Amino acid sequence: MKYTEDHEWLRVDGDVVVVGITSHASEQLGDVVFVELPEPGTSVSTGDEIVVIESVKAASDIRAPLDGEIVEVNGDVADNPAMVNEDPTGKAWFFKMKVADLSALDGMMDEAAYNEMIG
Amino acid sequence: MTKDSGETPEYQRGAEGITISGERTEGASKGGNGSALSGAGSCEPAMGDSGMADLERTVLYDLHIELGGKMVPFAGYEMPVQYPMGVLKEHLHTRSRAGLFDVSHMGQVILRPKSGTLADAALAFERLMPVDVLGLPEGKQRYGLFTNDAGGILDDLMFANRGDHLFVVVNAACKGQDVAHMRAHLSAVCEIEEITDRALVALQGPEAEAALSRLVSAVAGMNFMQVAVLDWQGVDLWISRSGYTGEDGFEISVPNAQARALCEALLAMEEVAPIGLGARDSLRLEAGMCLYGHDIDTTTSPVEANLTWAIQKARREGGARQGGFPGADRILRELAKGPSRLRVGLRPEGRAPMREGTWIFAGTEGGEPIGAITSGGFGPSIEGPMAMAYLPADLSEGATVYGDVRGKRLPAAIVPMPFLPNRYKR
Repeated sequence: MKYTEDHEWLRVDGDVVVVGITSHASEQLGDVVFVELPEPGTSVSTGDEIVVIESVKAASDIRAPLDGEIVEVNGDVADNPAMVNEDPTGKAWFFKMKVADLSALDGMMDEAAYNEMIG
Repeated sequence: MTKDSGETPEYQRGAEGITISGERTEGASKGGNGSALSGAGSCEPAMGDSGMADLERTVLYDLHIELGGKMVPFAGYEMPVQYPMGVLKEHLHTRSRAGLFDVSHMGQVILRPKSGTLADAALAFERLMPVDVLGLPEGKQRYGLFTNDAGGILDDLMFANRGDHLFVVVNAACKGQDVAHMRAHLSAVCEIEEITDRALVALQGPEAEAALSRLVSAVAGMNFMQVAVLDWQGVDLWISRSGYTGEDGFEISVPNAQARALCEALLAMEEVAPIGLGARDSLRLEAGMCLYGHDIDTTTSPVEANLTWAIQKARREGGARQGGFPGADRILRELAKGPSRLRVGLRPEGRAPMREGTWIFAGTEGGEPIGAITSGGFGPSIEGPMAMAYLPADLSEGATVYGDVRGKRLPAAIVPMPFLPNRYKR
C-alpha cells in the first residue's frame, strides 16, 4: 500500500489502482454521512477534486492522486457512507483508476513513512 | 497534526485534499462562508490564529481530558467537540438515553432588585427585551432576547424568577458584552452579580429524569421550564427543566467545588454518557433552535427569526406594557405587517448536507440568491440533511428552493420546524 500526504491509500490491483482514505483520516473526519463519487470513464489529472466526503463535522474532498481514468467506483460507499468509518482500508474503497504510469507510485510514502507523517 | 502541543487538534491543507478539522462544528467555525452572514452580528471573541493559547477552561476541563474529549476552541474556551463515542453516536445516545453536557462557559448572572421588590427588576429587565418578565411566575423560566435600537438581536438567553431575584443564563461568547449591557441599563434598579463560582451542566434525554432523580429525587416532580433550588450532598443545585436538544432534561448550576463529583456521579450511571459540542449542535438544529451568531444576530429581528412566540401579548401592540424595548418600532411593525424575510427550515433532497453559507436560489438556473443558510448539517435522528435559512417571507411551506452546493443547484423543501418533534415534560 502507498500513501499520499492527503491521507489517501493506493493499492495496485492488476493494471488498476484502488484508492481510499486512511483509518487516521476517517477517524479525524468523524462519522461520514455523504459521499459523492465521480462517473466511471472520467479522465482525471493529479489534484482534481473527484470525491466529496461529508462528515457530521464538515465537507472534504479527495483529489486524484495520479493522472488517469476512473474505471470503477464503489457505489456501496455512496449508499452506506458509514462504511468509511467502519472499514476505510478495506470495503470502503472509493474508486479504481487506470493510470498511465504505475511507476509514479514508487515515489509515494510507504506505511512507515505515512505513520511518521501523521505522528 | 500536532497531537501533544496543546494546539488545535486539526490539520488543514487549505483547499487541497482532505481537510480534517473539528472546527466547523457549532459556533466554533470562524470565517469561511459563515462570516458573510454572521460576522458583524456575532459577539464571539476573536480566536483565530492564537490556537489554544489564550483560551479559558471550565472547571470540568480535566474531566473532559480524562474522558478522552477532543478539545477545540469555542467562544473563548477550550471545550470538548466530541468524546471517543463520536458525534453521531453521542447525538443518538442523547435522543435514546441521557447525555451530559458541560455548558459552564455560559454566563450566569443574578439580577437582584435594590428595592427588594422583584417587580422593579422585572420592569427594568423588560426595557431590554420584547419579553414579558413581570408576568413570569416564581419558579418558572422563560426564553428572552436582548434587542438593539435597530431591532436586531444582541443575544438570546434564559431567565428565571427565583422569588427575590432573576437568574439569567446568557451565551458564552456574548457574556462580557451582556453583563456590560445589563450594568449600563439596570444598575440603577438592580444589583448585577456575575456568578463565576458555579459550573453549569445539562443532562438531556428521555432517561435524564430517571438518572438525576437518583441523586435529587424532587426533580421528578418538576415540569418543563420550572426551576428549583434542590439539595445534593449538602450543596444547593440550581436546577431548571430545560435544555437545548428538544429532549426532556435539566440544566444544573453547581458550585465549582462539587461540579466534578456531580458529573462523575451521573456518568457512573449506565444510561449517562458525556456529549460534546458537535452533537450539541446537531441536536439543537434538529430541534429547530437558533445558535446565536449564526441563525440570529444583530442584523436579524426576532420577527424575522420566527421567534414571535417569545414576544408575549403584554409587550405587543395593545398589550399592557406594549413597546418600550430597543428596536420596538421595527419589531412591532414587523409583528403587525409581517417581515420581508423569515427564518425557515429546509430539508435538502438526497443526502448531501447544505452547510452554513450556502446560497439559496428560487430556480435551477440564473437569478440572484434569495437567501442563505445560517446553520446546516446532517441530522442523525432524522437520518438526512437539514438546514435553517432566511428566505423571502412570501414563500410557503412545501415550496422547493435550490441550494448551491459545490456549483450544483440541489433542491430543498421548506418545512416546518422542529425537524424532529420535541419531547418536553409539560
